[in-house]
Amino acid sequence: MTAPAPETGIKPEADWLAHLAAGRFMLPRAKASGQVFWHPRVAEPRTGDTDLEWVEATGRGVVYSTSVMRMRPPKPSYNVALIDLEEGPRMMSRVDGLPPEEVRIGMKVQAKIIEEDGAPLLVFLPVGGA
Amino acid sequence: MAEKFPRGRTAIVGAATHGMGEAHGFDAMDIAVHASVKALKQAGLTPADCDGLWIGLPQDYISGLSFAQQLGLNPKVTGNNRTGGSAFMTHVAEAALALDAGIIDTALIAYGSVQRTASGKLQSSARPDAFEGPYKPVLPVAAYALAAARHMHQYGTTPEQLAEVAVAARDWAKLNPDAFMREDLSVADVLGARRVADPLGVRDCCLVTDGAAAIVMTRADRAKDLTATPVHVLGTAAATFHMNISMMPDLTVSAASESGPRALAQAGVGLSDIDVVALYDAFTINTILFLEDLGFCPKGEGGRFVEGGRIAPGGALPVNTNGGGLSCVHPGMYGLFVLVEAAQQIMGGLGDRQVPDAKIALAHGNGGFLSSQVTTILGAPETV
Repeated sequence: MTAPAPETGIKPEADWLAHLAAGRFMLPRAKASGQVFWHPRVAEPRTGDTDLEWVEATGRGVVYSTSVMRMRPPKPSYNVALIDLEEGPRMMSRVDGLPPEEVRIGMKVQAKIIEEDGAPLLVFLPVGGA
Repeated sequence: MAEKFPRGRTAIVGAATHGMGEAHGFDAMDIAVHASVKALKQAGLTPADCDGLWIGLPQDYISGLSFAQQLGLNPKVTGNNRTGGSAFMTHVAEAALALDAGIIDTALIAYGSVQRTASGKLQSSARPDAFEGPYKPVLPVAAYALAAARHMHQYGTTPEQLAEVAVAARDWAKLNPDAFMREDLSVADVLGARRVADPLGVRDCCLVTDGAAAIVMTRADRAKDLTATPVHVLGTAAATFHMNISMMPDLTVSAASESGPRALAQAGVGLSDIDVVALYDAFTINTILFLEDLGFCPKGEGGRFVEGGRIAPGGALPVNTNGGGLSCVHPGMYGLFVLVEAAQQIMGGLGDRQVPDAKIALAHGNGGFLSSQVTTILGAPETV
């Protein structure tokens, strides 16, 4: 990966996917304010600060809300969840490792990068024996 | 500084729908033209009288031009704001400002969609999302399901209470010959319906229908010469906190908590003055959230508030008297139908569903994923 020229800042989608492909869960952070935010974008929301960096996430989070996308059989139903990250931002993801309807709000989860549909994908697993 | 909305200085003089349900053989433009001509005729006007146009056809990003051409208009002001289904309330606000400034004399606000006969699915114009797309949320229902799940977790709202919203909407629809679904519907039916996105089943979700709507606005002095029943625009306020549901600060509090109080302040009325309520009920959770956020009940009490038929025919608060997006019509962006129903309630003559002596109506629009919230207050001439 070529380092982006300083004046052009981070490349939200390309950098995110490259980090995931390398096995890293990274979040964008504004250097001046120290604010970590999600989704990745070229400027910090509200301040417009473009002096950003990627920092490694702890991967720890808590389920803020959860739903099951009900498919017509034989297609399996699956989970969609909102995860509150330890760093502050909330992200849409999926909780794996248990039936989709057993995911609970308040459940502690840990991020894991898996491969799905030929691409790396960030999901979460329950911690502490959900 | 207080918002200087031109309270009561503009009025709706025509409000009509067309092609409700299924409009076989017609496209979105066709039925939007029909609705527009109907609404204009109520005020003795023709398309040539319109010098302001607000339009947002679903598959036509340049419909500000194409629709003007179709009707033969030469607009001085063309609006095409697309904040989702709430867009039409913002159109009312913009039209009121342009009319009051004397830039235009007659505003036409129109919409039409044939998504049922064309595709059978809710059509989305949102771009693919690199950060959320891979999780395959079935949108828009997934977003509202996440909000409903959180509301249930935080406030103990039950699936039965959500179902009461659908049943109330259906009971109103039974009184509306134009409503798409008028069969009996019970709480048990709603709970037993096919699940779509937990905790929402298919009867918690709005319909997918065709339909067009149009409203015509002019200044108050002219309105009284055009119709015996002008409906004055007393206030309109918009608020937005987010786009994606993941970015909503608190999934149990929508921006209606801001748009509602601002619109009421512009109008100089309180909630106890509201005779009829029209809310954008894309999903059953919407009605509960908006009743709370607009202030009809405390936060978290919406589920209990709708119990016992309180918002159904014969209940204390008439809500979504046309049957709503849940049982009347939902052609993709439903906001203009919310406005038409609110306006027609004040005009009177709605038969079995007419709220007696309706003088002030609240019309609330929702766009995106609980994202854009816009509240309009309408009033009969004696409220100005």
